Amino acid sequence: MTAAAPGSPGDDTWVVVPLYQEATAVGDVVRELRRTFPQVVCVDDGSTDGSAEQARRAGARVVRHCINLGQGAALQTGFDFALRDASARFVVTFDADGQHRVEDAVAMVQRLRDGEADVVFGSRFLDGRTEVPRLRRVVLRSAVHYTNLTTGVRLTDAHNGLRALSRRAVGSLRITHHRMAHASEIVSLVGRSGLPWVEQPVEIRYTDYSRAKGQSLLNSVNILVETILG
Amino acid sequence: MLLIQGVLVVALLVVGAVLVRSTSDVRHQAVRRILLVLLGVLAVTSVLVPGAVTWVAEKVGVGRGTDLVLYGLVVAFLGFIASSYRRTRVLESKVAELTRRLALDEEARERGVDGPGNAGRPGA
Ligand SMILES: Nc1nc2c(ncn2[C@@H]2O[C@H](COP(=O)(O)OP(=O)(O)O)[C@@H](O)[C@H]2O)c(=O)[nH]1
Ligand SMILES: [Mg+2]
Repeated sequence: MTAAAPGSPGDDTWVVVPLYQEATAVGDVVRELRRTFPQVVCVDDGSTDGSAEQARRAGARVVRHCINLGQGAALQTGFDFALRDASARFVVTFDADGQHRVEDAVAMVQRLRDGEADVVFGSRFLDGRTEVPRLRRVVLRSAVHYTNLTTGVRLTDAHNGLRALSRRAVGSLRITHHRMAHASEIVSLVGRSGLPWVEQPVEIRYTDYSRAKGQSLLNSVNILVETILG
Repeated sequence: MLLIQGVLVVALLVVGAVLVRSTSDVRHQAVRRILLVLLGVLAVTSVLVPGAVTWVAEKVGVGRGTDLVLYGLVVAFLGFIASSYRRTRVLESKVAELTRRLALDEEARERGVDGPGNAGRPGA
């Protein structure tokens, strides 16, 4: 394992990885992340397949919820963890299933560093790199329209797990949607806080693994209901 | 518009409001209990004096007493769903806070006293 040297771009950055039943994928994801970002925290959500052990062996810090709370709750736990580190300046959220690219995360943190914004949202719809399965594209597009209508923030992709946030942004957000409805919630919190944000084109890799394990489209019904009811 | 239609629409709007607005916990609970008592009184009355319910039903334009009771039940049921959704959300938040706190403290303890920073870096 080649951890980055001190003074490298990742030293003041925590990568928060929500983790649930990804034992076969998380090891490689963490190892790849740690070549650039030495500080990776996986928030395991009561996985029963040894995900936590794999993550730990790959060099990540692991915070374990003893019961499954959901991805939104896990992100908030990761945020709280990062805030306990007084020297943390940036936080990246990154999926455990290998769908995100580390280079994209690096570029996003660089934009924070340059002072361009306090929040950088990843978007898979800004360039042609990502091939989104057709039905998924329809659902994601509808979600974006809904989020844009209700939050006043005009994004091109509302449900992307790759984001980069400044410490200030992390400190001012409080995620209350514990399951998947947190994505719109983060957008709307950022919109209301007035924090400057930008979007960054990123690539989402749709592998057979991620397709088999990812969110069922039916779950978007739950997300919609939870988003509306608050 | 029939009187009953007005009443039902208002009742449903109230249910909707309960669902979307977070009212204070105490007030919420009190209102729930008052409604429960009213429902109980209604139930007893409809058993002891069946004619009374039919009389009220005719006044508000429903016709049959049983229909009035049915409408009441539907609204009460929706109200129950709404308020239990609210309460579940509150409870979920508490469970999440607790689990989060436990998780973070446990991790810190496993590591020794330092915070999330690398070895020896001052944390929290
Ligand atoms: N902590 C936690 N993470 C989760 C949960 N469900 C999914 N995840 C993680 O969230 C990320 C994205 O989940 P995924 O199901 O692939 O969502 P999709 O990519 O939007 O289809 C992955 O890193 C999962 O391991 C959960 O209940 N708790
Ligand atoms: Mg995925």
